[in-house]
Amino acid sequence: MGNGTSIGRVRGLGSSHQGAHHWLLSRLTAVGNIVLIPFLLASLALLPAYDYATVHAWAARPLSSTALILIMINTFYHARLGVQVMLEDYLHEDAGKFTAWLLVNLVPFAGAAFGILSVLRIALGGA
Amino acid sequence: MAQARSNRPISPHLQIWRWGPAMLVSILHRVTGNGLAFAGLGLLLWWVGAIASGPEAYASFLGWVWTGTGGALQFVTAILGKIVFVGLTWAFFQHLASGVRHLILDIGAGYELHANARWSVVTLIFSIASTILFWAFLLLR
Repeated sequence: MGNGTSIGRVRGLGSSHQGAHHWLLSRLTAVGNIVLIPFLLASLALLPAYDYATVHAWAARPLSSTALILIMINTFYHARLGVQVMLEDYLHEDAGKFTAWLLVNLVPFAGAAFGILSVLRIALGGA
Repeated sequence: MAQARSNRPISPHLQIWRWGPAMLVSILHRVTGNGLAFAGLGLLLWWVGAIASGPEAYASFLGWVWTGTGGALQFVTAILGKIVFVGLTWAFFQHLASGVRHLILDIGAGYELHANARWSVVTLIFSIASTILFWAFLLLR
């Protein structure tokens, strides 16, 4: 225990001792994005057309669906970490910090869940 | 800005600073990252959600963001959509390049003044060139 006074720790001030893990996950997911997003952009660029049937058939292929689901996990988590750092730099009042903490811990997971469900529905049929 | 004549390195200070490639690229990394997080991932969700929901939802998505065939409002949003899509591809290539720059800085390389400035400029050239090439390929093939 090194950071802050004992009363400061009780109030939740000082380090949470999770910074290194946050930093490392940010880099790890960045490397994942270097593979996933160029795959998405190249696949889209190489599509012969952009009508519903063509795009749906592309997204339903196992490789495309896998990449899209990995994007929903990896890229959303990378974005969540980055947005958190931005918010921590600019929000200093308690109310703003609390709201940001709520949103940054809920919205990315809701978005990823919607994305994964959509891709599963494309891949496994139903629409 | 007033004391920016000499060649001595200066760190950003409230009043004494000047623009340099490294600080521009550092700021752009944050701006492009947050732009991609909100606009990019938002559009990605709309896109996969529309494909999953069927041909009509997909046609509606295309109408709002690209073709603009569904009325006056869509005519406007489709123009904005094209600007946003080109902006997002530039933001991705810039974030990719400045992200790789950060990974290299993380291993302790590239901190010499001239090397740092040079690689910062390279990320800008890379992102602009990649964006032009990507859209040229998409639209002209």
